[in-house]
Amino acid sequence: MAQMTMIQAITDALRTELKNDENVLVFGEDVGQNGGVFRATEGLQAEFGEDRVFDTPLAESGIGGLAIGLSTQGFRPVPEIQFFGFVYEVMDSISGQMARMRYRSGNTMHAPVTIRSPFGGGVHTPEMHADSLEGLMAQQPGLKVVIPSNPYDAKGLLISSIRDNDPVIFLEHMKLYRSFRDEVPEEAYEVELGKAKVAREGNDVTLIAYGAMVQASVKAAEELEKDGVSAEVVDLRTISPLDIDTIVESVKKTGRVVVVQEAQRQAGIASQIVAEIQERAILHLEAPVLRVAAPDTVYAFTQAEEVWLPNHNDIVEKVNDVINF
Amino acid sequence: MKRTTEKIAEQFETFQILDEEGKIVNEEAMPELSDDELKELMTRMVYTRILDQRSIALNRQGRLGFYAPTAGQEASQLGSQYALEQDDFILPGYRDVPQLIWHGLPLYKAFLFSRGHYIGNQMPEGVNALSPQIIIGAQYVQTAGVALGMQKRNKKSVAITYTGDGGTSQGDFYEGMNFAGAFNSPAIFVVQNNQFAISTPVEKQTAADTLAQKAVAAGIEGIQVDGMDVLAVYVATKEARERAVNGEGPTLIEALTYRYGPHTMAGDDPTRYRSEDLDNEWERKDPLVRFRKFLEEKGIWSEDQENEVIEKAKEEIKNAVKEADNTPKQKVTDLIGNMYETLPSHLEEQMEEYKAKESK
Repeated sequence: MAQMTMIQAITDALRTELKNDENVLVFGEDVGQNGGVFRATEGLQAEFGEDRVFDTPLAESGIGGLAIGLSTQGFRPVPEIQFFGFVYEVMDSISGQMARMRYRSGNTMHAPVTIRSPFGGGVHTPEMHADSLEGLMAQQPGLKVVIPSNPYDAKGLLISSIRDNDPVIFLEHMKLYRSFRDEVPEEAYEVELGKAKVAREGNDVTLIAYGAMVQASVKAAEELEKDGVSAEVVDLRTISPLDIDTIVESVKKTGRVVVVQEAQRQAGIASQIVAEIQERAILHLEAPVLRVAAPDTVYAFTQAEEVWLPNHNDIVEKVNDVINF
Repeated sequence: MKRTTEKIAEQFETFQILDEEGKIVNEEAMPELSDDELKELMTRMVYTRILDQRSIALNRQGRLGFYAPTAGQEASQLGSQYALEQDDFILPGYRDVPQLIWHGLPLYKAFLFSRGHYIGNQMPEGVNALSPQIIIGAQYVQTAGVALGMQKRNKKSVAITYTGDGGTSQGDFYEGMNFAGAFNSPAIFVVQNNQFAISTPVEKQTAADTLAQKAVAAGIEGIQVDGMDVLAVYVATKEARERAVNGEGPTLIEALTYRYGPHTMAGDDPTRYRSEDLDNEWERKDPLVRFRKFLEEKGIWSEDQENEVIEKAKEEIKNAVKEADNTPKQKVTDLIGNMYETLPSHLEEQMEEYKAKESK
C-alpha cells in the first residue's frame, strides 16, 4: 500500500476509472495539460490522451450541458468545476437538468455524471471559492452528494461515484488536499455511497460531522477524553442520501448529540439530521441535540476566516453543554 | 478605424427559394426532392396545422394541458426536421413538439406530455431526442455535449436544437455555440425568430440586426432563412447537416417566422403586444399557402388531396386522444420510483407511505 495525500488519492481514483471504463471522460477548465489548478488531474491527459481528458472553454454552464449531452451518447462524464463557489453558474445544468434526467424521461434515460469540485474554508482564497454550498445540492432530489474526510475514503468514494448511474456531486475540501497522508490501496476499491462510518467509538456523546469537520471532531473527542468524556464521531461521507440508520444507532448508544457543519447554521445538513433524530429517537435523548455551525453571514473575508470557521474548541464547548444539560 | 457593426447585416441576407406567391426565386438552390417528397412535406405541414387547431380546441375543452401553439411555424419546424436522418438527435424547446412527432414520437405521447404524464416524455427505442426543454437555452449547452459525444463515437450524425428569438439573449445560447465551435462538433442550432418572446419584440432583445450574425462571435457558420419557406429551411438545414457530418463544424440557422396564436394556451393575449396589421402582414407569407401554390402549379397537389390529409389527421388525432385517455393514471409511486436507479432508504419509506395512500 502507498501513502497518499487526498489529492493523490483522487488522481489515483480518476486514473483507475479512466483505465477501467473507456466511457469515462474527464474534462473542465485547465484539467488537461495543466493537470488542474490543484493538480487533481496531473498526468492524466498524457496517459489517456486528449480524447478522454480535455480542457473546455471557460464556462461552467457549458461544462454542465456538455456532461448531460455526453451522457446521452453513453459516456460517463467526470467534469470538474474549478471551485464550488462557481456552482451558481451551473445550477440549472445540475439541479434543473441532470438531476431530473431519469425522472423526466420516465426512467428511460439517466445522467451518470460525477461533478468533482474543491470547496471549504481555511486556505485564504478570494471570495466565492471556499463556501460550503452542499446544502443547495442536498436539497435537490435526484442528486447524491459525497464529501470525503480522508484519502482512503476519497479514492473509494470517487470510484463508487463514477460507477454510479445517477449524478453525484463530489466535494473535495481544499484544506484536506495535502494536510495528511493515509494508507491507500493501489487497486480499485469502492466505498459504498450513502453509508456513514464511525470514525471513533465512544459512549457519552455522538459527534456527527463530514468533510474537514471530521478532523475537528476527532480532535475535540481527544480533548474531551482528557476530561473523562467518551465521544463517538460519525463521519457521514455522503450527505445525500443520509445514512440515518448509523446516526440513530449511535444516538441510541450515547443519548447525547452535537452535529457539526462548516456551513452556516440556517437550513443546513445539520438541521436535517436534528429533525431525523427527534423523529426517530427522541426517547433515547438525554439532552437537546445541539449544532456547531458557522454564523449566518456570507462566507468570511479571509482576515476573519479563522474565527468564523467552526473548530474543535467550539465543538468541546457544545459537548459540555449537552453533557451538563 | 472601422466600426465593427458596419456591413455585418449584409452578410446575412435572407435565404429564400419560394416567394409568397409560390414562385421560385432562387432556381439554383432548388433541392433535388422528388414529387413524392415534396408532397410529403406539404402533407406534414397540413397535418401539423390541423393538429395545432385540434390541440387548441382540446385545450379549451379542458382535455389538454400545457400547449404552445405552432401555426405559422410549420416551415421552420418541419422543413428543418425533414432534412434529418433517423440517427440525428433532436433537443427541442417546448413549442417543438411537431419535430418530435415526425421524428417518431407517437401522437398520444405528445398529448400525454401536454397533460403532464411522464409517459409523454418516454421516447420510443430508436427515437433520438430529449423531451421538450422548458428552460430557455438549456438545450443549447446540452446540444454541444450530444454533438461532442457523436464525434467521439465517430457517428455520421448531428445534434439539432431549437430555440426562439428570446433564447438568443441567454448565456447558454452563446456557450452552446461556442463549445460546439471550439470542439468543431456536428451541431445545428436553429433559432425560430417568431418576432416575439411572449410579448417582447425582437428589437428589444438585441442591438444586432440579425440573430444569424451571433454565429460570428462563436466562429461558426450562420445563415438567415425565410422561415415561412419550407424549401429554404430544408436546404439550409440539409447543407448544415452535410457540413457537420463532414467535420466542418456547427451552424446557426435563424428562421424568420411568426406564431399566429398566443405564446401558450395559459392566458396569453397577443392583442396586448401585436397589431392586426402585423398579424396580417405575416399571414400573407403563410408557409402552407405558398407551398400549396407551388405544388398546384406543378400539378401535383389538389384540394381533394389536401382534404384527405385533413381527414386522416383528424382521425388519427381522435384515436391518439383516446389512447391518451386510456393510459393508466400517473401515480406518485411511479415518480418516486423514477428518481434513482436504486432507491435510498428515505425514498423507500416514502414509497411505502404513498403505496398505502394509493391503495385506499
